[in-house]
Amino acid sequence: MPGSVVTSDSLLAVDVGTVSTRAALFDVVEGCYRFIASGQAPTTSGAPLKDLGEGARQAIENLQTITGRTFLGEDRHLIVPIKEGKGVDAFAATFSAGAAVKTVVVGLLNDVSIESTQRLARTIYSRVVDTIGLNDKRKPEQQIDSIVRLRPDLILVGGGTDNGATRSVQHLLETIGLACYILPPENRPALLFAGNKNLAEEIKSSLQNLTLSLSISSNLRPALETEDLQPAQIALAKLYTQIRRSQMGGVDELNSWAGNSLMPTAHAEGRIIRFLSQVYDSSKGILGVDVGASAATIAAAFGGELTLGVYPQLGLGEGLASLLRYTNLNEILKWIPLDIPAETVRDYIYQKSIYPASLPATPEDLAIEQALARQTLSVAFNTLEKDFPRQINRAAPGLAPYFEPILACGSVISRAPTLGQSLLILLDAIQPVGITTVILDQNNLLAALGAAASRNSILPVQILESGAFLGLATVVSPYTTVRPGTPILTGRLVYQNGNESQIDIRQGALEVLPLPVGQSGRLHLKPLHHTDIGLGPDNTHDAGFPVTGTALGLVIDARGRPLHLPSEPARRHETIKKWLWTLGG
Amino acid sequence: MLAPVAHILPLTTVRRERMLPVPGRVTVRMEQKVNPLDVVAEANYGGEHLLIDAGHELGIRPQEAQRLIQVKAGDMLSQGDVLARRTGLGLQTVHAPASGRVILVGAGKILMEVGATAFELRAGMPGMVTRLMTDRGVEIKFNGALIQGVWGNGEINIGLLFPILTSPQEALVAARLDVSLRGSVLLAGTCSDPAVLQTASELPVRGLILGSMSPTLIPLASQVHYPIIVVDGFGQRPLNEIAYKLLTTSAKRETTLNAEAFDRQAGTRPEIFIPLPVTQEPPTPNEMESFAPDQAVRLTRDPHAGKVGTLVSLPPGLVAIASGLRVAAAEVRLDSGEQFLVPLANLEVLV
Repeated sequence: MPGSVVTSDSLLAVDVGTVSTRAALFDVVEGCYRFIASGQAPTTSGAPLKDLGEGARQAIENLQTITGRTFLGEDRHLIVPIKEGKGVDAFAATFSAGAAVKTVVVGLLNDVSIESTQRLARTIYSRVVDTIGLNDKRKPEQQIDSIVRLRPDLILVGGGTDNGATRSVQHLLETIGLACYILPPENRPALLFAGNKNLAEEIKSSLQNLTLSLSISSNLRPALETEDLQPAQIALAKLYTQIRRSQMGGVDELNSWAGNSLMPTAHAEGRIIRFLSQVYDSSKGILGVDVGASAATIAAAFGGELTLGVYPQLGLGEGLASLLRYTNLNEILKWIPLDIPAETVRDYIYQKSIYPASLPATPEDLAIEQALARQTLSVAFNTLEKDFPRQINRAAPGLAPYFEPILACGSVISRAPTLGQSLLILLDAIQPVGITTVILDQNNLLAALGAAASRNSILPVQILESGAFLGLATVVSPYTTVRPGTPILTGRLVYQNGNESQIDIRQGALEVLPLPVGQSGRLHLKPLHHTDIGLGPDNTHDAGFPVTGTALGLVIDARGRPLHLPSEPARRHETIKKWLWTLGG
Repeated sequence: MLAPVAHILPLTTVRRERMLPVPGRVTVRMEQKVNPLDVVAEANYGGEHLLIDAGHELGIRPQEAQRLIQVKAGDMLSQGDVLARRTGLGLQTVHAPASGRVILVGAGKILMEVGATAFELRAGMPGMVTRLMTDRGVEIKFNGALIQGVWGNGEINIGLLFPILTSPQEALVAARLDVSLRGSVLLAGTCSDPAVLQTASELPVRGLILGSMSPTLIPLASQVHYPIIVVDGFGQRPLNEIAYKLLTTSAKRETTLNAEAFDRQAGTRPEIFIPLPVTQEPPTPNEMESFAPDQAVRLTRDPHAGKVGTLVSLPPGLVAIASGLRVAAAEVRLDSGEQFLVPLANLEVLV
């Protein structure tokens, strides 16, 4: 193995979630980076400790017990770098704990800088509480009163093209400055300016002393037709850490252990998805999804360009009660294969929001939890999908773009009782099209790899290829407009040993062909009746497609895109149960 | 493993900080006895603002207008007072549009705060002031029974406790409310009928304690002016047995409801206080516990949501439960003798 490209560094990565804090250890084994083990503890960012450092230490201590190694000194401080055989060479940390950051978005025009600034806000755990722009009918003093009343943690300002007019932005900034002046010093927000670069110096001199922390980034809309969120995203991720410093203890310590590289979990997940998109140079996109207690996060990268969406209002924890503002009970109920009344689902949602760390203990509760995961993921994906680049390939308008692979994390998916349940949640919510590999991040490593990627680009690639992630299934999702029952796909799966399985798929079917981990094969497909498997109607590769073994094997999801569920409850329940049974229960 | 903690205690000592949202003035003194509705601190809070553009009003440039402004930050003005005056042939005057305080003057503009309202911070509990925090608030010490809930509507009040339930799961209906309950703090099992909240408002009552409530009542419950505290959760869950016994045996005692929101980050919960005389101060309850045998635990999720039991043991590793999940769990025994495994994530230690 290419030992020469691997520095013999061990890496300890901690992710502080809303409910749990996890510590993961990576080290070099036989010349390659490997995931060694992980430890877990309850997050302690809230009362009574209000210090996320304690949860991090407990997770690391748990990891010490598992591995028999020592990472913390007697004073419970991390030993980094290694001294006398104790500690680690490098440390990375990510966090998503805490309530969503209350954010005011400021820009000029609704469909230009305000839209871009809102997109920027969606790249961290934020909740936009007000939007101020040129088309705002309120008087400046009403805008001031709104900010004073809402007490935002963060104000994001975009607007003005570089070297363009400055007067309108200056007017808005005057309003923001006055509001900040009125607020008590301890309640002043952090502010990120990502507008006309000619205003940067003026903003520094006028707002530096009126904000918790001021950050100036390059313009997210340097020209009317150009949007460049990436520099502002990086600046915002740093500013997010500053905001959290003032809200919870332990942030400084964790940041110091991490060499000032502590970052929001979603930002790290976005980084690794973008990184993989660059490394693998795929003509398709790479998709990462994370359904957690703090938020639903979607990261999609096409040719190295990342689209990131963080939706705290769609998290499965404390904020769950707000889900019903974005969807309705029927949309959740439709995914439940049991006869459960709508009131029970409503009660479940509110009870879970009181006890966000609690787990479904009955089959009925599990069915509700997984239905909620489907619906939150579906709403989050369809919301972010509107921001995907326009030129990307899809089988038809309104369908998901082609992805390879899809990476999924979040306990509700990655630790579902069966792998079939994990896969069906993802297929139902995302409804991928074409041929894709679905990978499960069962050890919640994605954010750690994103945090590590900037300082060690070998580690993420080797970890991804090491088996630390579970290859769940290779999924073929054909798109066709023919009636259910019509033959749409024929072909064969040729195994390594020469054996073959015949494939004859009718529209509406969900079928599985076993191809265990460690084996490989070649898939020959012939689309019928203008069916599209991601190459255009009726197109295929004559030489077939290489397929590697996964936990569930080859899954052909011909249930239709978009997926239509039977409207009659009993039939719908039976259909979903049949799909689950097909995928192994 | 650290455990979430809730307090349901017949006799305890608790100290609570009551803090203003903005700096203000503390109105009580050390060791002063306070009632829940007493004001312990006050501040001017959240007045509206007016931005007067003198340059625009006078039709001159901002720099020029700035020189003509006759007020400064901190000035108290009455409606009609002169803010800026341009003399000479084009005599023009800018007047204060309302009474208020000048916050800032600059660039030919005047920022005023008008209609500032006094914010009064109430004690929220009966007790004694044990610490003063200059300009910000106080700490209050309380002795007596304490029951923490999971949801509150933000109101505070005090009254005599009146249980109107014969079992912990009894649903409260509007017909059960009559004029004899006026001014009482009511204790009931569950509630899903909006007419109950409306009738209670009309009587009016001084408070309502529920084991559980339908989430459909949240909008209405958030609007009524008497405190509502939900002790165990949402849906049709009975009031847990410990709280049921404690509250039903406290009938006709003076009871305070501070229906503060449940905020994990801040550490606030809705709380019920029943003051009791003490000869020796009882201990303050722990806010942090690790799971251990013999602890009283509340089960927070189905199939035993709201039940209270004793933690018997903590099996090592992960165990499979009925949903199919593999989880860290505890063996829990109910008073009935029934014993089963419960995910640690679904337990709350009662101390």
